[in-house]
Amino acid sequence: MTVYELSQNSQFNVLTMPEPERVINGAYVGDLLSWVMGKAQYDNIWITIMSNINVVAVASLSDVSCVLLAEDVTLDSEVLNTAKEKGINILSTPLAAYEAAITISGMI
Amino acid sequence: MSEILNFHFQVDGNDFTSAGQASIQIKKILRRLGLDPEIIRRVSIAMYEGEINMVIHAHGGEADVNVYEDHIEIILKDNGPGIKDIEQAMQEGFSTAPDQIRSLGFGAGMGLPNMKRYTDDMKIESEVGVGTTVTMCVNL
Ligand SMILES: Nc1ncnc2c1ncn2[C@@H]1O[C@H](COP(=O)(O)OP(=O)(O)OP(=O)(O)O)[C@@H](O)[C@H]1O
Ligand SMILES: [Mg+2]
Repeated sequence: MTVYELSQNSQFNVLTMPEPERVINGAYVGDLLSWVMGKAQYDNIWITIMSNINVVAVASLSDVSCVLLAEDVTLDSEVLNTAKEKGINILSTPLAAYEAAITISGMI
Repeated sequence: MSEILNFHFQVDGNDFTSAGQASIQIKKILRRLGLDPEIIRRVSIAMYEGEINMVIHAHGGEADVNVYEDHIEIILKDNGPGIKDIEQAMQEGFSTAPDQIRSLGFGAGMGLPNMKRYTDDMKIESEVGVGTTVTMCVNL
């Protein structure tokens, strides 16, 4: 499934999607940045409730295909602009991390 | 082994929001060189962890990346407080990060273990009150 395909589901809202064709091959759930860098795999969607600027750098360096903000967590416009610039897809969802993960799992 | 490329960065210890710029820059450069994506990922994550450590724990420092024919060397040097017990610092979960840093998602005590795991060789030289130098090597 691509990030674009996920974004077509009404439970997932696009905050920024500069790379819609990136593939989602699985998910990693976590809020501690060093855990994410240690464990998330290339092309995973990263589900988190963290939304500060460092999330963009971590997403970029770990090569995740998308950041998904669970629980309707919002994002500063500054963070959003940086993500757009760096080619990082960010979606949000009202779902909790667990529900988001099982929904995505059913779509992959 | 002759050095083919080297890159030098000043890592600002005050600007937490732009921390990671050197690593992101290196990632771009290595991509342009056409290196294997998995190698690039390992180098840039290991460097980012080290770069963030200099910002959080040592008021910034300097980063040097040397690209050789058969390996990449990353040297991170700071004049911060130093590390008293390196063995303890290397343990997963050990962290002295303050609360406001933890609230940003750092401070899991996984940075140094990640650096070790993602590189083929890692050496820490540190003296309390003088500073820390971390040297990492990734084979190509
Ligand atoms: N450059 C440095 N100067 C001084 N102390 C350091 C330096 N790098 C690491 N340390 C010490 O080693 C500890 C462990 O570092 P490590 O990177 O593993 O975890 P962390 O930075 O606390 O959290 P995380 O990396 O998971 O966000 C730090 O909390 C700090 O006490
Ligand atoms: Mg660290």
